[in-house]
Amino acid sequence: MAERPGTAVGAPGAAPQLCWFEEVRKDDVALVGGKCSSLGELIHAGVRVPPGFALTTHGYARFMHESGVSGEIPGMLAGLDHDDLERLETASRAIRDMIESRPFSWELEDAIAEYYRRLSVRCMVPAVPVAVRSSATAEDLPGASFAGQQDTYLWIRGVDDVLHHARRCISSLFTARAIAYRLRMGFPHEEVALSVGFQKMANSYTAGVMFTLHPANGDRSVIVIDSNFGFGESVVSGEVTPDHFVVNKVTLDILERTICSKEITYTVDSRTQKSVKIETPFERQTVQSLIDEEIVELARMGKAIERHYGRPMDIEWAVDKDLPAGGNIFILQARPETVWSGKRQAEPAAVPKAASAMDFILASLLAGKKVS
Amino acid sequence: MKFPNPHDIKDIPGTEGWQRMYPYQYQFVTDDPERRQYEEQTFWFYDGLHYPEPLYPFDTIWDEAWYLALSQYNNRIFQVPPVRGVDHRIINGYVYISPVPVKDPEEIGRRVPNFMERAGYYYKNWDALEEKWKKKMEATIKELEALQIPPLPELEDLSVVTEAVGESKGFHLLKAYDDIINLGIKCWQYHFEFLNLGYAAYVFFLDFVQKLFPSIPLQRVTQMISGIDVIMYQPDEELKKLARKAVELGIDQAVTFSQEWHEVEPALKELPQGREWLAALDKVRYPWFYISTGTGWYHHDRCWNDAMNVPLSGIQTYIDKIKKGVNIERPMEQVRAERDRITAEYRGLIEKEEDRKQFDELLGCAKTVFPYVENHLFYVEHWFHSVFWNKIREVAAILKIHGIIHDIEDVWYLRRDEIKQALWDVTTAWATGVRPRGTATWPKEIEWRKGVLQKFREWSPPPAIGTVPEVIQEPFTIVLWGVTNTSLADWAKVAEVKDPSSVREFKGFAGSPGVVEGKARVCRTVDDIRQLQEGEILVAPTTSPSWAPAFAKIKACVTDVGGIMSHAAIVCREYGMPAVVGTGHATKIIQTGMMIRVDGSTGAISIAR
Repeated sequence: MAERPGTAVGAPGAAPQLCWFEEVRKDDVALVGGKCSSLGELIHAGVRVPPGFALTTHGYARFMHESGVSGEIPGMLAGLDHDDLERLETASRAIRDMIESRPFSWELEDAIAEYYRRLSVRCMVPAVPVAVRSSATAEDLPGASFAGQQDTYLWIRGVDDVLHHARRCISSLFTARAIAYRLRMGFPHEEVALSVGFQKMANSYTAGVMFTLHPANGDRSVIVIDSNFGFGESVVSGEVTPDHFVVNKVTLDILERTICSKEITYTVDSRTQKSVKIETPFERQTVQSLIDEEIVELARMGKAIERHYGRPMDIEWAVDKDLPAGGNIFILQARPETVWSGKRQAEPAAVPKAASAMDFILASLLAGKKVS
Repeated sequence: MKFPNPHDIKDIPGTEGWQRMYPYQYQFVTDDPERRQYEEQTFWFYDGLHYPEPLYPFDTIWDEAWYLALSQYNNRIFQVPPVRGVDHRIINGYVYISPVPVKDPEEIGRRVPNFMERAGYYYKNWDALEEKWKKKMEATIKELEALQIPPLPELEDLSVVTEAVGESKGFHLLKAYDDIINLGIKCWQYHFEFLNLGYAAYVFFLDFVQKLFPSIPLQRVTQMISGIDVIMYQPDEELKKLARKAVELGIDQAVTFSQEWHEVEPALKELPQGREWLAALDKVRYPWFYISTGTGWYHHDRCWNDAMNVPLSGIQTYIDKIKKGVNIERPMEQVRAERDRITAEYRGLIEKEEDRKQFDELLGCAKTVFPYVENHLFYVEHWFHSVFWNKIREVAAILKIHGIIHDIEDVWYLRRDEIKQALWDVTTAWATGVRPRGTATWPKEIEWRKGVLQKFREWSPPPAIGTVPEVIQEPFTIVLWGVTNTSLADWAKVAEVKDPSSVREFKGFAGSPGVVEGKARVCRTVDDIRQLQEGEILVAPTTSPSWAPAFAKIKACVTDVGGIMSHAAIVCREYGMPAVVGTGHATKIIQTGMMIRVDGSTGAISIAR
């Protein structure tokens, strides 16, 4: 293990290095990245979100500086070409090993530990299990989707593990793909900033994703929900074919219910307190993983989130099994939907363009209806 | 998708020669190579919407009437550019229809200016022309009501001589019959004056919204046009008024003590308030009690005036509700508020300004045409038809006197031109003083035809025959019969069900949203709705406005026949209860007492057996 650097040497001034989610708003992307700022925004919008805190970009910069990493990186990347995968890979490995092996300063480590302790007190769970995830300042923004290039670590418990995974999140900024992407796009590596979020794990009975438009055709009048038992990982990763629900956004009617055979579940191992993948008991595989009342409640939340942001959203959610119905649905993440929002509204070739109703009727008559 | 070749469908044993019960041009033929080829290459679908049962020879009149009227308006009056008329055939008593496209693009182009000028004129002057229409229609009905069907006297009245009339009752009878028929055909000319254009405006509004929002349920689009007052609801409103009046006058017990009008009416005559109430009733019987207990398409759909137990049962239901303190008003305010909310929310989800403008235009147009699309039903299918069927019964009474038929209700087994022939037989025999020839031939033929129709009823008509086209442009085919790729596939599946008792889940059109579980009550005719218990789910072949009181009791409705614009779907949307319509054969699969789950948002029905 490398020597701990001295504290506060050259540290940025009064900028906060840690903050609670509820202290930030959506304009704080530069401070806490897209994910954490949107969680803060959701809390302000009245959406139920599991509590947590963020290591800010200032905290990140301080770590990079104090640990000496930021000084060493330029040399390690000098002369690299974004097409040279082999060298990119080697450099990435070296940088990530370096980051993951350098400790935080005593002061920063103590600050993170204190926030973590206070979170545990708030949740009334000793050493509360958290999700540790990177919250990038350039990620998740409309038109610049490189989501998934940073990592998420679930069910992390205890200060040491929390600190370790915070460093892994930071190091994920330097995957070969991320380096290549920045080289290609001309982003300077020094200007990249990252925040790390620490959020109470929802002890999810069922979890999944929700889009406030139809991902297949861009229809703005529906909300589409995918769900499976256990943590949302199985849905996000595509490891199962989840249950699929389409809800009318205007009336909150459930328009479609597709119940799939869901063979695996992510749950928590009671002994190790880690997330584990198990085979779903056979008789449970084809059970609807989200009841109708929850579907409607979730859609109502989705609608509120969309209205708050004024644009279609892509949302991760969970139903917590420790809490009673009515207060147990949590929004874990919400970000602008990026596939359709750049395009114009669904516009099949068959929509005739016409000035008056009469012209439209004529054009439609001429087009007819496809039967087969 | 594969449907049978029309010429491969064989006669049912024992019915050979059935073709003579219908006009000859309705047959699929093999002896005319050109026609045969056309019939094979054409797509014919069964019009189960109007004809849930096989046609009686006489009732075929309305099919001929609309064969002519719909087609002429499409093709010869407005010149809908890509489609001519709708062709008709009959197999085993069931009507098959097919829109006839214009295939040559140049011809379509030549038709466009005519259509724009002519249809444009109607759209532009819709309200004024509709006003004119009502006057024409009412005059036609009055003319029919005034028609005298004279019996044939032993000796003509002396006045025929003293006033030098110069015509006999025999001639008057023949003429009266022609007049009835001609008024019927004329009424159906008017029926389609606005309907083609009305449906076009309506269907393309639906279409436009569905293209903007591919997942929008059709019922939500129709909801945007709900809450408009139409006269189809008037008869039901009159029942509510009568129920209130009975309670106000304190004679509700006298109105409700029996389900039989022939017992209730004399009891009311005994009471002064009862007489007052009966006077109020008499006032509304014309025209509102001309509402049919069915769709009006068949002679056996009697109107309330001829089946007073039906409105009585409705009045009793409402009296019961009033006494329990239940509000029986149609929730129009809520319907309109919800309509406006939904319309505004969908409109708000439209991203482009030009699309919003188009939406407003088309919605406005659909709202303009909507009242006609609903109201014509009362004038034509209910009021006119009810009077018409009874006029024919008057003619039948004369045929019976002269031995052509044994029972008045046998008249429906004759084609309308055969009745004309029989009337000639009767009048010439009457004039001459001999026995009509038909007294020996018709009763036997009628018995045979009764047997044939019974066999037809037991036969299941295939949903479609012939060759499926790529595109359908005829607006009725799309909006009324809901002919789409999916519905064709569903029809094909429905036809395959052999054992109804094995079915646990099936689908229809999502008519009105919501999910409900409850006990089913199968009502095959409007008489059966008296058995309905509070909170049951009504399962019916189809419903019509005279079924309205049933909707005050039930919590959901399922029908065999009908689309999202059918009566059941519209009323359920107004009451805010789920409906699944056009299921094909719910009344065969579901039995009274079964627990069923009705999902009016998806059209799914499941049975807990």
